[in-house]
Amino acid sequence: MADVRIQGVTKRFGDTVAINNLDLAIKDGEFVVLLGPTGAGKTTTLRLIAGLERPDSGTIHVGGHDATTLSPAERDTAFVFQQYSLYPHLSVFDNLAFPLRSPARRFPEEAVRRRVEDVARMVRIDHKLDNRSTKLSGGEMQRVAIGRALVRKPAIYLMDEPLSSLDAKLRADLRLELKRIQSELGATMLYVTHDQIEAMTMADRIGILADGVLVQIGTPRAIYSEPANLHVAARLGQPAINLLPAGLLPDGGAPTGTATIGARTEHLAIEKAANGHADGVVDWVEHLGDQNHLHVTVGAKKLVTLTDPDTPLAKGDKVTIRYIAPLYFGSDGQRLM
Amino acid sequence: MSLTTAHSVVAPSANSKRIAGVIIVAYALISIVPLLWIFATSFKTPPDSIAYPPKIVFQPSLEGYCNLFTTRTRQTPEYINSLGPATGLCDATVRKRNMVIAGPSNFVPRFVNSLIIAFGSTFCAVFLGTLSAYGFSRFKVPLADDLLFFILSTRFMPPIAVAIPIYLMYRELGLSDTALGMILLYTAVNVSLAVWLLKGFIDEIPREYEEAAMIDGYTRLQAFWRTVLPQATTGIAATAIFCLIFAWNEYAFAALLTSGTAQTAPPFIPTIIGEGGQDWPAVAAGTTIFLVPILVFTILLRKQLLRGITFGAVRK
Repeated sequence: MADVRIQGVTKRFGDTVAINNLDLAIKDGEFVVLLGPTGAGKTTTLRLIAGLERPDSGTIHVGGHDATTLSPAERDTAFVFQQYSLYPHLSVFDNLAFPLRSPARRFPEEAVRRRVEDVARMVRIDHKLDNRSTKLSGGEMQRVAIGRALVRKPAIYLMDEPLSSLDAKLRADLRLELKRIQSELGATMLYVTHDQIEAMTMADRIGILADGVLVQIGTPRAIYSEPANLHVAARLGQPAINLLPAGLLPDGGAPTGTATIGARTEHLAIEKAANGHADGVVDWVEHLGDQNHLHVTVGAKKLVTLTDPDTPLAKGDKVTIRYIAPLYFGSDGQRLM
Repeated sequence: MSLTTAHSVVAPSANSKRIAGVIIVAYALISIVPLLWIFATSFKTPPDSIAYPPKIVFQPSLEGYCNLFTTRTRQTPEYINSLGPATGLCDATVRKRNMVIAGPSNFVPRFVNSLIIAFGSTFCAVFLGTLSAYGFSRFKVPLADDLLFFILSTRFMPPIAVAIPIYLMYRELGLSDTALGMILLYTAVNVSLAVWLLKGFIDEIPREYEEAAMIDGYTRLQAFWRTVLPQATTGIAATAIFCLIFAWNEYAFAALLTSGTAQTAPPFIPTIIGEGGQDWPAVAAGTTIFLVPILVFTILLRKQLLRGITFGAVRK
């Protein structure tokens, strides 16, 4: 395990700037998640670290050594692809053993067998070692793919949306397993996803990428509660943060220059209007079982928040709404402190 | 598909299956009749082979095969009677026609030439084709489209159109009537087909496989060998069959450029007929044996060939 440092890296594909002047330092044993929409440059970042792409400018250090111009084989990284990761002509065992049998490593076959069996137990696929890799279910395939990365002890594990092709239940299971394995191994990991739950639950730090730029990086808590701008705020939280123009609701205490107010459930106090005055009207109550989504119309805007499953509010009720220390954003989209 | 699933939108009905079956069987019969005719003729005697009306039922004879593998001289009955007893079936057969075996014919060496040239050129074409197809598929080759078009353009004209320049070039280079010359020629003709077919197959193999291998410590060539090649076997087998069939059956260049030591079977087989009358059974015997290698090769690789014809459409 080692630290990875990316400094001033830019990568273009033709006229498109995929990565723009990226600085990112991942500490030894740290689990960093890159979160962003499709096309933000997440996968390109991983491919640059792995050596599958060469940066147009900037440097990449792996374990203190300059790896910018090294071939993928010389970099000592392990990569889990989104799909297509298993060799269809090999058994599960041979797939797991493949990295250990590379000409660059040449482990004795006995050591290979022991290591493969250890990892197979770790990813819970040891009962299917002799199967053809094409005969596995989606979750098993992805576990083997993760296992194939884990058989080595590289400087860094790079994971490109490894769970995105799985169904929700499996994704939740594997998410936990992956986090457990990572902390057991003390592994350095850079994990790419567009799933905010994966990012929030697994990461030591989350980096938010947008259009090839690292917008903000920090702990999940900091990213959630102190987003740098509107883009970051909109990426996290379920239901999505409500962005309201300043002045729509009473907002005493807003700093000067506030253009937009961001309010999640915890930033709103909604009560049934007692006397004549009301700020909005309940438009809809969505029953999700353990909780409700409350839709409220405020002027031309619509708010969505969580409420208790046994909320007394019903469609058509007039309500008062108060902010509780919401997030303030300037006209440039940056958050005001 | 069980019989209880009636009126499926995608599964063919029993009736359409029956009609398709009848058409396929009829077509197969029509295609196979000439082959059966050649096969039957190879076991006829020369008089039976030119009998009119043609004999469907006849006394089988190995005379055609005897004549194919031997050269014979005509002798007087007195001389033949003065010889000792016949030393084998063929000896006895030819003596009935007042002939004695003078020695082996050129069929076996010509057949061996065909094997060497056809398999040699197929190997070269597929080897070069696989590497170039991989290059075109995975790297940014400058002017890739133009180069691919240029490679294909070598097939635009009938090969015979360049026969005279090639004949003159080969004479100058000393490649006339050599196995090397024929292997080079057939490789050149086949490599364009191989590049185009194989590029399609290799394009379908996701590049993540090699990338994963390269990250795991393999060089690109090792990754190609360990991950791409095993998955391209279907395409390689199909391409090899197409190349082999061309090289094995090629007649025009073989007739023009080979006459002696490097002559292949296709130009040799017709010459059999001139030796002692119209020896159709010997020609038919030569043709029958000539069909065997390609038949065996095709049967061995028939699964890959079927998939090759559909160009990987059913791979996943």
